[in-house]
Amino acid sequence: MAEKLLNWDEVLIGGVIKDPGNSREYETGSWRVERPVWNPDTCIQCMFCWVYCPDSAITVDENGKMTGIDYTYCKGCGICVEQCPTKPKSLKMILEAEAKGKTEEELRKEVFSSEK
Amino acid sequence: MALLNELAKKKEGLVSGHRLCPGCTHSVIMRQVFAAADTDKYDIVVAAATGCFEVCSGLYPYTSWNVPWIHSAFENAASTISGIEAMYRVWKRKGRTNKDIRFIAVASDGGTYDIGLQALSGAIERGHQFLYICNDNNAYQNTGNQRSSATPFGGWTTTSPSGKVKFGKEQPKKDIMSIVEGHHLPYAAQASPSNWRDLMNKVKKALDINGPTYLNVIEPCTTGWGFPPNMAIEIAQLAVDTCVWPLYEVINGKVVINYKPKKKLPVTEYLKPQKRFAHLFKKGNEYLIEEFQRQVDAHWEWLLKREECGIEYGVTKEE
Repeated sequence: MAEKLLNWDEVLIGGVIKDPGNSREYETGSWRVERPVWNPDTCIQCMFCWVYCPDSAITVDENGKMTGIDYTYCKGCGICVEQCPTKPKSLKMILEAEAKGKTEEELRKEVFSSEK
Repeated sequence: MALLNELAKKKEGLVSGHRLCPGCTHSVIMRQVFAAADTDKYDIVVAAATGCFEVCSGLYPYTSWNVPWIHSAFENAASTISGIEAMYRVWKRKGRTNKDIRFIAVASDGGTYDIGLQALSGAIERGHQFLYICNDNNAYQNTGNQRSSATPFGGWTTTSPSGKVKFGKEQPKKDIMSIVEGHHLPYAAQASPSNWRDLMNKVKKALDINGPTYLNVIEPCTTGWGFPPNMAIEIAQLAVDTCVWPLYEVINGKVVINYKPKKKLPVTEYLKPQKRFAHLFKKGNEYLIEEFQRQVDAHWEWLLKREECGIEYGVTKEE
């Protein structure tokens, strides 16, 4: 977050914003009610979640492979879960309240253990 | 077209942190556009009209854009981008720049079908090299779902309500594609974010054309249309499969339909999940659904016949 808004005499002419992509400072992850949990074991790396994610919240490594979900920005819309083509699904939604205080690994085990 | 893994390696043109509703497809469309653009070869400059997307991605002092982006007013995204393009051409002629730059104007249906129509018409007529993308969400969703000329027949909005007397919007949707085609521009197309490969191909094609190009994209709006946020892409897919939103392109006047559903679904499949059409399913309103189906069928038949004809414009042709 920007510390404080600029004064009228500090604003650039035309309201120019100097740093491109500075909305990253604003963390939309706090809006989330539900969160997707990812299971790398069944994921086939089709990248449909990446192409349909409205918040660019699917993290990708230098080889273009999915590495997880960026919970700083994920708004929890659930499009990724809906579009996941694997059976059973490699992404599942859980309530944010259930995820409180648990690590990603623990959540993964909890959510996907029943399928093995 | 490259695989998604290849595209995922690219630098994003639109970053996270924008304040669109969860499940909004505005950003999905724009991310697909940036993925399709060959950003190694050229730079991109974007002009935006007022609308959901402009408000949510450019909330001062933040911007979600990683490319030069400008917003001036509601009606003039096309004029703004024409001005920039004209300046670029002069700079190039005078040797002030040797960069290859492509221009994109982004607007929603309010800024295209209604308010921005004359600016769009003028810019296409003057023949600037730019791609105009209309993210059609069927109403003025930014101000809370008011009727626009893009609202479909029977659709509920706050200014075309449904009740005992009225049944939502009484007029059919404006056929913007025909209006745009009327300028005899080299390329106009209709796409959907659910069919990402098709959309990306169209963007790629449009950006490489030396002249004005137009892309009309369906943009399911979770709050205005009334469906759960995770359904956004499905709704777009249903619109395509029911032929409510046919995927086609017009190349120099020649119609090419890119996707013909194997089994054309009835429009009820598309209408049912959306709350804005809930009143059509009430008893006694069956005739409205029939009328909706008739309009969709008539348009689809007309498109099929035009494709069969396969004739180009007689007047303008690229030399």
